[in-house]
Amino acid sequence: MKLSKAWIVVLLVVIALISLRAMTGQGMGRVYVKAAPQTVEISADAATGTEAKTIRWMEWHAVPPKDYTAAQAADPAQTSIQMSWARTIGLWMAAFFTLAIFSFMYRDNPGYRVAEAVIIGVSAAYWMVIGFWDTIVPKLLGGLTPAFVREHILPTQIDQSFTQNIAMWCALALGIMLLMRLSSKGAWISLWPLAFIIGVTAGLKIVSHVESDLLAQSVATFKPLAAVQRDASGAFDLMPTIWKSLANILVVVGVLCCLVYFFFSVEHKGLVGRGARVGIWYLMITFGAAFGFTVMGRVALLAARMEFLFDDWLWLIDPAGKRAVDVAAMIVGI
Amino acid sequence: MKRMIPMWIAIVAGFAMLFSAFFPVTESLGEIFGDMFNVVAAIAFILGAGSLAKINLAKVSRRDPGWGYAAVTLACFALTLAAGLGKIGAAPNPKFAALAWSGDERAEGALFGWIYESALVPITSTMFALLAFYVASAAFRAFRAKNIDAILLLSTAFIVLLGRTFAGVVLTGWFPDWASGLRLENFSVYIMQVFNTAGNRAIIIGIALGVAATSLRILLGVDRSWMGTGGSK
Repeated sequence: MKLSKAWIVVLLVVIALISLRAMTGQGMGRVYVKAAPQTVEISADAATGTEAKTIRWMEWHAVPPKDYTAAQAADPAQTSIQMSWARTIGLWMAAFFTLAIFSFMYRDNPGYRVAEAVIIGVSAAYWMVIGFWDTIVPKLLGGLTPAFVREHILPTQIDQSFTQNIAMWCALALGIMLLMRLSSKGAWISLWPLAFIIGVTAGLKIVSHVESDLLAQSVATFKPLAAVQRDASGAFDLMPTIWKSLANILVVVGVLCCLVYFFFSVEHKGLVGRGARVGIWYLMITFGAAFGFTVMGRVALLAARMEFLFDDWLWLIDPAGKRAVDVAAMIVGI
Repeated sequence: MKRMIPMWIAIVAGFAMLFSAFFPVTESLGEIFGDMFNVVAAIAFILGAGSLAKINLAKVSRRDPGWGYAAVTLACFALTLAAGLGKIGAAPNPKFAALAWSGDERAEGALFGWIYESALVPITSTMFALLAFYVASAAFRAFRAKNIDAILLLSTAFIVLLGRTFAGVVLTGWFPDWASGLRLENFSVYIMQVFNTAGNRAIIIGIALGVAATSLRILLGVDRSWMGTGGSK
C-alpha cells in the first residue's frame, strides 16, 4: 500500500503539531524513574555448598515528573531521579499505536497495518511465554527434572510422585504428537492429544456447568413470591414488601417464559406461544441492557485511551497532579 | 483404528474427570489429568506459534503482497519470545536472588514487561475502544423501532446508558421522592436486577443444558464430529 499525498500531508501536520507541543512549556511525553538499589545477603550453606556472598542490583521505578522537578530544584547534580529513555520510547510507541489504530476509523492504511502486524506477533509470543513460565516450567520441567528447576528457577519445587512423573511423560508425548500437526505426513497422530483435550474439557464442563450454572441459577430463581419486608423496629413495611415481591414474581415469570421460548420440542401456540412471547420481551430487554453495557464499557476504554494521549503523552491535562506546572500555567507560559 | 483410539482416549479422559467430581478415590486422577491438560494446552501455544511462523515465513520468502507486514509480525514475535524466555532485564526475585532465572519476566524494567506495556496494552485496548464507534454506527443504521420487541430493546439500551451517566441524573433527578424508582439511575438498576437477571439466567441455564448434552454425546462416543469429516455417527 502506497502512502497517498493526503496521508503525507496529514502526517506532516501531525508531526508539526507534536513538535510545537514538545517545544512549549514543560514539553511532553517523558518518563522519569527513581533508582532503588537492592541488596541481598546470601549466607553460606555447607549442605548445598553455597558460599556467602552479597548480590546487588538496581531497580528503577517510575515516578511523576514533578518529583524530578523537585529533585532538580533541590540539587541540580542529582542522579537518583532521571529520565528513562527506554520507557519514554515505550510511551511514544504506545501513542503511535493508539493513533495508528484510531486511524482505521477513516480507512485502512499502512500505520494500522503495522500496528496489526505487531499485535499478531507480540500476542502470539506473549501467550507462548506465559504458557512456558507458568505451566511448562513448574509442571512439566518441574516434574521431569525437579533438580534442575530447583537449582536454576524455583527452589520451592517439590519432587513429584511416580504417578505424576509418568503423567508428565505422557503429557510430553501428547504435546509432541500435537506438534506433528505441522507436518503433512504425521498430522493424523495429532488427533490423539486433541482427543485428550476434548475429553478432559467435556468431563470438566459437564460438572462445572451443571453445578455452577444449571443448579445454582435454578436455586437462585426459587424466591418467595411474597417477600415480607420489615423496618428497623420490626414492623411490617408495605411498600418495600410490594416492590420486593413484585421483583421476585417478575424474575420467576421471566425465567420460566424465557425457558419456554427456548423449548422447541413443543409448537409455540396457545399458552406456550403466549409464554414464549413474554420470554422474547424479557430477552429483548436483556439484549438491550447488554448493548447499553457494551457501549458503556467501550466508551470507558475510549476515555482511558484519550486520557493516555492527553495526560501521559501530550501533557495537556493533569487530573492526578503528576506535573509541577498545570495546564493553565503552561498556556500562560506560551 | 485411526478413529477408534482417539475416541477411546476422549472417553477415558472425560469419564476420569467426571468421576473425580463424584468419587473421592478418583480425585487425584482428576488432578493428574488436569495437570496433563494444562501442559498439553501450553504446548498448543507452541503449535500456534509454529503455524504463525510457517505462514509468515512463506509470505516473506515468496514476496507476497504485504510481505513487509509479515516480516514485522515475525520480528515482533521473535523479539517478544526472546525477551520473555530469556527474562531479559528482569530483576532477580529477592527471595531467590542467587538463581539465574528467578525474576519475573513481567516485572517493571524487564524487556518483556516493556513490550507488554508499550505494544500489547495500547493496541488491544484501542482496538476495543474503537468498537464504541462501530457499535454506535451499526446501531444507528440497524436499530429501528418497528415493533414492540425493537422498542423494548432500544428503550432498555437508552435507559441503561443514561442511567449510568450524569445525564440520567440531570434528566430525572427532579422526580419527587415517591417516584424515585422512576429516576433513570434507579430504574436502570431495577432493570438490571429484575428483567436482565431473568433473561440472563434463562440463557445461562440453556447454555448449561446444551454444554452438558454436547459433552455427554462426546463422552458416549455418539458425537465424533470433532475428529473432522466423516466422524459423526
